[in-house]
Parts: sequence; structure tokens; C-alpha cells
Amino acid sequence: MNLSQQKIKELEQKANEIRQSIIEMLVEAKSGHTAGPLGMADIFTLLYFHVLQHDPKNPTWEKRDRVILSNGHICPVLYSAMAHAGYFPVEELKTLRKFGSRLQGHPHREFLPSLETSSGPLGEGLSQGVGMALADRIDGSERKIYCFMGDGELDEGNIWEAMMLAGKNKLNNLIGIIDRNNIQIDGNTENIMPLEPLAKKWESFNWHVIQVSGHDFVALGSAFEEAKKVLDKPVVILAETIASKGVKEWEGDYHWHGKPPTKEEGELALKELRANKI
Amino acid sequence: MLNPNLKLNPKIFNPDVEQVPIRKGFGQGLLKAGEEDKNIVALCADLTESTQMHLFAEKFKDRFIEMGIAEQNLVTVASGMAAMGKIAFCSSYAMFSPGRSWEQIRTTISYNDRKVVVVGSHAGISVGPDGGTHQALEDIGLMRMIPNMDVISPCDAIEAKKATIKIAKTKEPAYLRLAREKTPIITTEETPFSIGTAQIFWIPEVGLAQVGIIVTGGLTHRALVAAKELEAEGIKTKVMNLASIKPLDTEAIITLAKETRTIVTIEEHQIAGGLGGAIAEVLAQNYPVPIEFVGVRDLFGQSGTPDELIEHYRMGKNSIKEAVRKALKRKN
Repeated sequence: MNLSQQKIKELEQKANEIRQSIIEMLVEAKSGHTAGPLGMADIFTLLYFHVLQHDPKNPTWEKRDRVILSNGHICPVLYSAMAHAGYFPVEELKTLRKFGSRLQGHPHREFLPSLETSSGPLGEGLSQGVGMALADRIDGSERKIYCFMGDGELDEGNIWEAMMLAGKNKLNNLIGIIDRNNIQIDGNTENIMPLEPLAKKWESFNWHVIQVSGHDFVALGSAFEEAKKVLDKPVVILAETIASKGVKEWEGDYHWHGKPPTKEEGELALKELRANKI
Repeated sequence: MLNPNLKLNPKIFNPDVEQVPIRKGFGQGLLKAGEEDKNIVALCADLTESTQMHLFAEKFKDRFIEMGIAEQNLVTVASGMAAMGKIAFCSSYAMFSPGRSWEQIRTTISYNDRKVVVVGSHAGISVGPDGGTHQALEDIGLMRMIPNMDVISPCDAIEAKKATIKIAKTKEPAYLRLAREKTPIITTEETPFSIGTAQIFWIPEVGLAQVGIIVTGGLTHRALVAAKELEAEGIKTKVMNLASIKPLDTEAIITLAKETRTIVTIEEHQIAGGLGGAIAEVLAQNYPVPIEFVGVRDLFGQSGTPDELIEHYRMGKNSIKEAVRKALKRKN
């Protein structure tokens, strides 16, 4: 099912709002990660406003799809997408990383129960997704488990253990999404710890691989459609994203991985985003 | 004498007392728990028979996941299954899980509040010939430091069976510590067991005890033999079996200390951070008394028979008796 022109416009508009919220919350928090959340804003928008079977007003709905954020440090995009989707008030985003906030610096479900899992230490989300998918298979439950991962995170051995197990068990209810923005804290992924040929690596672990631009709603929509139709394998979507996408001056610059914008930088970025004619 | 209220094994001091590996009780307990609750699942990292999970795996093929040799994945997949309402038991050797999988346990199980039972088999020095790499002597400390994590260390196979069945019914994540070697049967099916309750296995024939002995796991039998011999020598003791290291029965520990005013702790584990550490923390805060520690003193193990190693690292019967005499001398 292709996305209509109207739907694409709505998604672009929503993604723009989510990016603005990300910048506002990071400026307010004075700490946190910028590049990843902005780069993943389009995919999170598509997921929360088109792909997911969920009910923000009833977050414990039994049949809901599950979302795991393995790379917990990009939580500003998760929080922002959830708030805009109606899980909690958008105003609450400004409490990010503050004492007593439900929006912990890395997601903690004790504070925000509508999260499916707590995360932060890298490499642990895919395994939890595999566990959820295995449990659903035992119970005969029909649903998808979506697991977001960073590309730098793939340095972690725990991920490859999970990949093997998912391939072995042909977990067709599990969809991994990799933020392939080519950066990590110390620099470019291919300099720090080369990942390529990344698609071939996943294929050789018996995963169905879909490579797609992380900023093209039409292509992304088709990718998720394709992912849902694969019956004999787990699926991974290698989403080629631009770090800090949406703020021209910051795009692709790894220095924005782990720092927030200052108030002035934030204002310039917000001005740029607000000027976008969608 | 043995505490008559607890219906302990009357043949406990016979030379031909029945001996069963503690891990066997876990295998039987898991099978029973699995029969009672279809939400129980089991995961193992290529040690299914060693950890005695095979009984469950054979009966409930669909609820058993073979993980391969991947302990980090073992505990994190278990967390994911628990997120969907399963009660997930995951087993390996204690050295590898929680040894290798500790941060994953902390984050995805305890912090994340998922009902997973981490089963560490082959714990302690008594693993024997495999040598120091395989002898987990730090696992009690590692696990009891994590918030939202129970730590249970049964003294024999029967207690291990009961503990497994009880743990399956609690809300909290838990660590179950098991030993490889055959261990004398101390308890009976009738002996009560509950998580968080310490039990006094040995009491003086008459009068008050002079020394309180607190022991956990496979050394409990040696502690009882030592207590019996000490009684013949005129030293009256009480022996507390402390299977539940967390939650800790602080009230029972303080009561024992008030009676005896000197304590000996015994464990097949580093003294630092283990049972001894836990007892010292409680008593220092509530009722300070001298404490003697029997356990491994900041050392790694090595190859040998279990008996050789327990003697070499001064955890045998004579070392226990020596510690009791020393504790008695230090008493105010």
C-alpha cells in the first residue's frame, strides 16, 4: 500500500515538529545527544504515525506491536515521537534529563511505564527483541517486534549473538532497524571499526536485508511493507541516514553525536526548521 | 543436636548419608514448576545436562531455548521473554553467567524489572579439576549488590528443588547458586523453606549457644559435623543455614548474635562481598560482635579434588572448628 501524497505531506510536517521538539528539549536539558535523534526523526515519524499497531491512550493494549530502542542515547527522538503521538503531553518533553523527570537521560521504564524496555548500555536491545519474538511464537501471538539499533552499536558482540539466534529460529516477527549514519563518538564508523560489507554480514546470518534511504517516506513505507511480508526470516532495515538531518550546518558532523545545541545554536536551528515549506 | 522442628535428615551424620549434587534438585524443581505454570520457559547456553535443565527441555520442547555458547545473549533474551509475561530461567556455569553477563543482568533484568531467574551452576571451589577459571568465587557478591535481585544459595538438592519452585512464584528477579559435586542430603521433603527466612539447623542439647555459625550452600554439612564434634568437646553452637542471602533475614541474624555474642560465617566464596560481608554489614549496624570468616581469602582457585581444595583454602571441618574456637576467644 503506497503512501498518498497527502499522507506524505502530513508525515513531513510531523517529522519537522518532532525535530523542533528534539532541539527544544536538548537546549533545555543542556546535555544529551543531537545527531542521532535528528537523523532518525523521519523513521520514528513513519513508525509512530503509520506503521505501528498501537494505542497511545492505552499503552498496555495487549495486542500492540513492541518497540525497542537499543541505542537508548537517541531517546529524544523516541520521547518526542511518543509525545506527538499522544502518549504524554508535548510540554513534558522539556523535563528531559531533569531530576524527577519521567524522561530519564537514557530510557527507564520504571519512570515511564509506556516504554517497552529500559536501555542505554549498547548491544542489548536486539536480544530482548529476539526474546519477545520467541515468546510470541510460543503463544501464537501475531504482532511485530521493532528494534532500533545504531550502527556504531554493532561493534558490540552481544548483537551478533542475537543475530545468530534470530536467524537460527527464522524469527519473521522481528524487524531490526539500523541507523546507518556512519558516525560514532570517536569518528567515522569505517575508521573506528569497519562494518562494511554490512548488508552481506546480516545476509550471511540468515536475515532478510532491506537497504533504504532513511529520509524518503515513499521508500521507507515500501521497506516496512516488504519487511512485514517476509515469512521465513527476520528482517533488518539498513536505513541510510544523515546525522543531524534537518539542520544543514550540523549534518554528517560526528561532533554532534553526544552534545546538545546551545541556546543560540538551537534558535538558529529552529529558525531553519520553521522556515521549511511543506 | 539437630533442630527437631525442622524434620532434617536423621541419617545426616551417617558415613553412608545419601549424596546428591545440589544442581539435581534444581532440575527436578524446574520440571515441577514447569508442570504447574505454562508461562515458565527455560534457556541454556550449551550446558543443558550439566545444569540439569534437560529434564525440563525434554518435557517442554517448545518452552526451551538452546542459546549456544553465548551468555550475554542468554540473559538478555530471557529478559525479552519475561517482557512478554514469561518466567524465564536461564542457566550456565556461575563463572559465565553471572560472571560474563553481569551488566546485561543489571540493566535488562534488575533495572528493567523483568522476572528472570539466573541460574549459576558449578559455583564455588568444589568444581575441582577444571581449575581456577571455572571456580566462581565472586558471584554472591556480584549479584547481591544489584538492587531488585534476590540471591538464593541452597544447602542440598532437596532445598534446591524447593527454592526453585518458590522462586518461580515470586515477583522479583533472582539468582540461584548451585554446586556441581555430590553433597550430603541435610533436609527432607518435610523441612519448611521460604525465601527470606533463615533456619537454625543445629542447637545445643541444653542451654544457650556460645558461638553462632552462619553457613550457606554446600559447606553446610561440614558446618554441622563441626558443630557436633565441638559439642562433644564442650563448645555449644547454633548453626544457621542461610539459603536466602537476599532478602536477608536480619532479625534472625541479630537474634543469633544477641544469644551467642560471637559469630562465624562459612561460604565457598570470597569472604569479601559474600555471605561474610553481608552478615558483617548487618551486625556492624545493629549488634556489633566479633566475627570470624571461613571462605576464600582474596585468592583464585586451582585444580584438585573438591576435598583437597576445600582443605587447602581452609574451608574444611577443622578450619571451621578452629574459627569457632577463635570466635569464642574473642568474645567479650
